[in-house]
Amino acid sequence: MNNLNKTKIFFLVIAAITITSCNNDDEPVNEEEVITTVTTTLTGGGQVITLTSKDLDGVDGPNAPEFTATRDLDGDGPNAPVIIPSGNLAANTIYSGAVTFLNETQSPAEDITVEVEEEGVDHQVFYQLSAGLGTITYTDTDLDLNGKPIGLTFTLTTGNAGTGNLKVTLRHLPNKSASGVETGDITNANGTTDALVTYPVTVN
Amino acid sequence: MQKFSLFFFLLCFGIHYSQNTISGKIVDENDMALEKSHVHISSKSTNSKKDGSFIISNIPNGPAKVLITYVGYKPIDTTLVLNGNLEINFKMKQKNEELEEIVVKHKNNYFNHSVSEQKIKEETIEKFSSQSLGNLLKEVSGVSVLKSGNAVVKPVINGLHSSRVAIFNNNVKLEDQQWGMEHAPNFDVNAAGKITVLKGASALQYGGDAIGGIVIIEPFSTKKDTLFGKTIMTMESNGRGGTISSSLHKGNFCDWSWNAQGSFKYFGDREAPEYTLSNTGNREANFSGDLKYMGKKFDFTAYYSLYSATIGILSASHIGNVNDLYNSINNQISSVVEDFTYSIKNPKQQVQHHLAKLNYNYYIKDGESIGLQYAFQFNNRKEFDLRTGVSDSKAALDLNLMTHTFNADYKLSIDTWDFKSGIMGLFQNNSANPKTGVRPLIPSYNKFDAGIYAIVDNHISEDFSVEAGIRYDFSTIEATKYYLKSRWNEREYSPEFNHFIEGDFGTQWLTRPTFTFHNFSASVGTQYSFGNEYEWYFNLSRAVRNPNPSEFFSDGLHHSSGMIELGDLRLQQEKSNKISTSLQKQWENFKVNINPFLNYIEDYIFLKPVGFETTIRGAFPVWEYQQINALLTGIDLNSEWQINEHWQHRLLLSYVNGKDKTNDDFIIDMPPLNINNRISFNKKDWSNLTLELQSEIVFRQTQFPNNNFITNIIVDGELTRVEVDISSPPAAYHLLHFASDFQFKFANNSMATLGFSVFNLLDTKYRDYLNRQRFYADELGRNFQIQLKINY
Repeated sequence: MNNLNKTKIFFLVIAAITITSCNNDDEPVNEEEVITTVTTTLTGGGQVITLTSKDLDGVDGPNAPEFTATRDLDGDGPNAPVIIPSGNLAANTIYSGAVTFLNETQSPAEDITVEVEEEGVDHQVFYQLSAGLGTITYTDTDLDLNGKPIGLTFTLTTGNAGTGNLKVTLRHLPNKSASGVETGDITNANGTTDALVTYPVTVN
Repeated sequence: MQKFSLFFFLLCFGIHYSQNTISGKIVDENDMALEKSHVHISSKSTNSKKDGSFIISNIPNGPAKVLITYVGYKPIDTTLVLNGNLEINFKMKQKNEELEEIVVKHKNNYFNHSVSEQKIKEETIEKFSSQSLGNLLKEVSGVSVLKSGNAVVKPVINGLHSSRVAIFNNNVKLEDQQWGMEHAPNFDVNAAGKITVLKGASALQYGGDAIGGIVIIEPFSTKKDTLFGKTIMTMESNGRGGTISSSLHKGNFCDWSWNAQGSFKYFGDREAPEYTLSNTGNREANFSGDLKYMGKKFDFTAYYSLYSATIGILSASHIGNVNDLYNSINNQISSVVEDFTYSIKNPKQQVQHHLAKLNYNYYIKDGESIGLQYAFQFNNRKEFDLRTGVSDSKAALDLNLMTHTFNADYKLSIDTWDFKSGIMGLFQNNSANPKTGVRPLIPSYNKFDAGIYAIVDNHISEDFSVEAGIRYDFSTIEATKYYLKSRWNEREYSPEFNHFIEGDFGTQWLTRPTFTFHNFSASVGTQYSFGNEYEWYFNLSRAVRNPNPSEFFSDGLHHSSGMIELGDLRLQQEKSNKISTSLQKQWENFKVNINPFLNYIEDYIFLKPVGFETTIRGAFPVWEYQQINALLTGIDLNSEWQINEHWQHRLLLSYVNGKDKTNDDFIIDMPPLNINNRISFNKKDWSNLTLELQSEIVFRQTQFPNNNFITNIIVDGELTRVEVDISSPPAAYHLLHFASDFQFKFANNSMATLGFSVFNLLDTKYRDYLNRQRFYADELGRNFQIQLKINY
């Protein structure tokens, strides 16, 4: 009987010691790799057109990305950009393009473009423009360590007037040696999609 | 000249039933029957018959004195601890004989009298030394597996899995984030001595919420008073790796005994018939051990086990969005195939599970005992993903789950009545590491459970017994969860759940959702033996399961499935009402067991596709946890036919039909009809050679809900509407497996067994409906296995 009592006490002590709740009042998760904002800048024909797709509640939130387009006629000049209904581009014009990726859940916003550039071997940006609106080629200077394109900068040559979409896709771990991938064809790229935005564009 | 001695070897003893029958045989060293030896157990006695056999009934649970005498032989004087009916053979020795082993077969060790239990024996467990627990449980009819690749395998019992299946390791319920479909049970099969599968929740001493079933794992236990052990080495061609497992046991009468077991697994990439399944290697290092003291009226055990695993997740299964998923499904080829390697990259899982427990049983008097148990479990799960701008060594999910459980059980047997009752307390803390940089799949929470049960069993006659039990469970959970305000509004949680809001963090609410549940579960059943070796079981049970953390709190993209999964704070408990019956008939050479069941589940919780959300990563299908009334019906059948002395045939068949009664639809992920035929040849004279050919037929599941959806993808530079077929089950398949082994003597009279087997003999290419990676790659191709087991 003595043994029984001892054991009971033993269990009670163990239970008392161990059942001490550790309520970790943590802070909200600081989301690191989230891309909230994809901005594509097109410079040409004497104007700067900025296309932005912004999804502030990220992948986990229910809200769809918001699209905005602005036109700044004087570049670095004093006049503010004006909002335009869609990325209106001039026909038969050469634009130099650049894309940036931001994480705006953090303040100040984190520039993911830098990481894409640093991990260039593992990333590639692809562009698809609706048929007839023009063609897009990578800039020769934007290359990864293996001499393959990363695609953060490009050249867009518009065709004739029309409306459609410009789709920008950031792929993680694409197969850069697959057929056509080097010239910007996403078909065989595989990998996983880190960002995918569609901007409405009008060429006129 | 021969030394007297005796001893024996008790294979198992579990939690058990009283008014037991002890039977067996008394033999001499040459296995010759000893007639008229006197057998005295507790207060009863008998003489052995001409063939040496004896039988003594109505021995209560707990320690029982055994005295066996025969003229010219050393009397056997010992104590057995009874937990059930026992079949035990005693070998009586003359003078100066060396110690020799006597094998004891434990016959009936029921957890519930009114359901037919399915057991997996030690020999079978050993054959699965390098496999997962889930694959081993498939040896039982009615158990299928839900897989995520080949190393993550979960048991599905009569169509139900995850939180609906409780796994008990050494009387402790495994708390290892079992809600997750891609979280395999954190248990190494090498630590199991015997496994019992109970379909349904009828064994109320194990909780009232296992509406699918209960898996009871008992470790190997010995009372032999010498040191002995075994080592199993397994080499496999597929994965180019192997497993080594060793165990040592030391038992002693009424004194101390201990067991220790360790195992190590190492595998590289597995291979499908046509290509390498890149990043599917795995590693495991496991240990378990116990130390036991047995006094005259009590015993005390301390047990510890560690499971630690690293599991690579198929590279091709990592998808970014719906386009990636569409491409995988339609191309039917694995998108990432690299050369074989042992290294494991991201994505991968790293899991550690510690279990420590103390157990004390006190035998008050014949037929009356109490047991006290405290168990501590610590589970750490890290999941690593492919990420941009974040170190590969930083986990995307890092959960620490700590569980304390306390049980007190009381058992009493009077005449034909058995009574069991007990209480249970559980405290659990889950902590989701916020430093991962990814919103956690489930939040941090504290949970407290308490339960009380009572079960009575009356053996009205030798052939007829009735059992009834009732259980009450209290549960309360308080979570700490950050909700995106936009999600909070989309879910329409305001104003209903605004009282949970504790803080405002810009775009997020800090909330403390708290829920309390009161659940009653019950079980009644009967067992009846009649006619010529017919046995009939019938059981009615009601079980209640609370929604798990992922069902309540999921609120975002599930990276491994490419779906947005949304939990619901409004979910109610799931209530299962199950009727299960089984009929067993034993002819001389043929045994059959037919087990039909019907399970009506009110408020069955499942994921239902509800639409799309467009995000900056493209569009994702949205799946929401909803509740319906479900009806699961099915039948399990198994038979054994001893064709002649050498040939044996075994059949396992199981079928389940899952209907959504609310929407008049089928339920997703129900195992299709499968039939498993084995024919084996055994010849004792040829070193106990066994050859076995197994045919495994899995039909195509034709009963499935259509969850296909339409999306826009780019084809030749143009957006095109396509249907993403996530519903259609893969084709039926037929696999052949071969197994063989033989035994041989080894130095110092140790026995060894050498086995050679081939899984998927014909290298058949197939995909399985219940593999969550069926969209991305084929199943395993042919695998040669060599296994050496040494007993010493």
